[in-house]
Amino acid sequence: MITPLRGRRRRSQWTQRLGFALLTLSAIITTIPIVMIIFVILQRGLAAITPEFLFAFPTDGLKAGGIFPAILGTVYLTLLMTLAVAPLGIAAGVYLAHYAPATPVTRWIRVAILNLAGIPSVVYGLFGLAFFVIFMQFGTSILAGALTLAIMTLPVVITTTEEALRSVPNSFHVVSVSLGGTDWQSVRRLLLPQGLPGILTGVILGLERAAGETAPILFTAAAVYLPRLPTSPLDPTMALPYHLYVVSTQVPGMPPGIQFGTAAVLLILVLAMNLIATIIRSRARARRMW
Amino acid sequence: MTRRHGERLATLLIRVAGVSAIAILLTIFAFLVLEGTPTLGEVPLGDLIGARWYPIEDYYGLVPLVLGSLIVTLGATLIAVPLGVTTAVFIAEVAPRSVREVLKPFIEILAGLPSVMLGFLGIVILAPELYSRLNLATGLTAFTGALLLGWIAIPTIVSVAEDALDAVPRAYREGALALGATRWQTIWRVTLPAARGGVLTAVMLGIGRAFGETMAVMMVTGNAAVIPRGLGALFAPARTMTATIAAEMGEVASGSTHYHVLFLVGILLFVISLAVNLVGASVVFRARTRAERILS
Repeated sequence: MITPLRGRRRRSQWTQRLGFALLTLSAIITTIPIVMIIFVILQRGLAAITPEFLFAFPTDGLKAGGIFPAILGTVYLTLLMTLAVAPLGIAAGVYLAHYAPATPVTRWIRVAILNLAGIPSVVYGLFGLAFFVIFMQFGTSILAGALTLAIMTLPVVITTTEEALRSVPNSFHVVSVSLGGTDWQSVRRLLLPQGLPGILTGVILGLERAAGETAPILFTAAAVYLPRLPTSPLDPTMALPYHLYVVSTQVPGMPPGIQFGTAAVLLILVLAMNLIATIIRSRARARRMW
Repeated sequence: MTRRHGERLATLLIRVAGVSAIAILLTIFAFLVLEGTPTLGEVPLGDLIGARWYPIEDYYGLVPLVLGSLIVTLGATLIAVPLGVTTAVFIAEVAPRSVREVLKPFIEILAGLPSVMLGFLGIVILAPELYSRLNLATGLTAFTGALLLGWIAIPTIVSVAEDALDAVPRAYREGALALGATRWQTIWRVTLPAARGGVLTAVMLGIGRAFGETMAVMMVTGNAAVIPRGLGALFAPARTMTATIAAEMGEVASGSTHYHVLFLVGILLFVISLAVNLVGASVVFRARTRAERILS
């Protein structure tokens, strides 16, 4: 009676060992390419990053010189995008976390946000072209590109803001109201300051995503090459991710140094933003009052 | 007095912002429809469901593009779903705390990598590698795209599935273990079934992510608008709906037939992603109410 049971037990132990080994293997297969991507790009790209590469204009049909206009263009695009998306996204997050009644409308808002998050980035590009470039007559410009990116990142900012505000204990609000504070006062003096690190994390994650996106700016803002820096939001601009696309597909005989250098600058930008978001999050967690 | 006015104004603005998501979604759809539907008056329906996409000679058959998107997405799904779900199980159920703390941010980094960068590496490293290893006519194939897309979809699947597994109450696992189940049996018979809804959502969102991806796919699939025949098509060039828009919209006169057709492709993309998302979301809602019923 006892032996078969023990045999069964031993067999299931073996199954478990084998199963765990397979799960570990799968996790390794998933992660190895990430390590390789970062390693290859930094290894081959860092050598190309010189002060000239960062601060000079491209020359010789993009095959020599630097990528300064592309870097600056991405900075312009993401800054302007942040100006547009932060107020709207944070306000919408506050609404969902604090004001939204449990009605069908609120449910529809959530469904809409979910769907906005799922729309392919190139469709945002189409919308940006039809709405901002043509209908609003912004032309192919930083403004049109930044607003397209803003709409694309809106769901990220709304969702993270709502989550950040929801994690603030309700008792804060209750105390504020019991002391005679209005709804708005408790939002402004308690909820927002307490939720700020989470909100910032969300905005930075949105920035990170926007800085790397190409499809939304393809027909709304990006130019292959411009001899001068943009002087107004209504000018078109070069941009880092688009530049990487151009130098890796559109120009034959491109030196690998330029390609990997551009990729490395983009990677460092993205990793830096990721790191900042992580630091803000972990410092806020350590300092939290609740 | 002014103070109360200021407060009212702030509250009003917040309410308006709250509803903005709906307004924006509707505006996007409206403008796609506005620019896309003129196609129906310009190109006969029979041509649109034709097998030939060759805009220069006014052939606007959408079938190769739709099938191109399908085959690349299918390939990506076959790669990303098993790897993503098992990695999520590993992170949530098996990995020691220290490994978990490293793996999670790592996969988040993957989620943040620009797709154009993955496309670039696909061109300079992956495609030549596949070309010589698999003895193909070209390295730029649907399979190359599917591989890249697989890794683009993995972070979505891992993080959503891991959240779902995390949300399974401890008591479920403890109950199974107390009854003598091994950890392995607990994972397969208790934890995963309990998190089924969330895992399905993860899969749907991953598929949506792969389906809508543009740059990486455009750069590595070779962009031949042909109708895939059989499994061999996976190792031949293909062209997706997203890549077609991205590659051609820049060179099209606004208001032309070609322009309108590309917007029609955009409408298709919009509607399909909407459907995928709604299915994913409804699974979550249903799973949640079910869990609430069981737990109450």
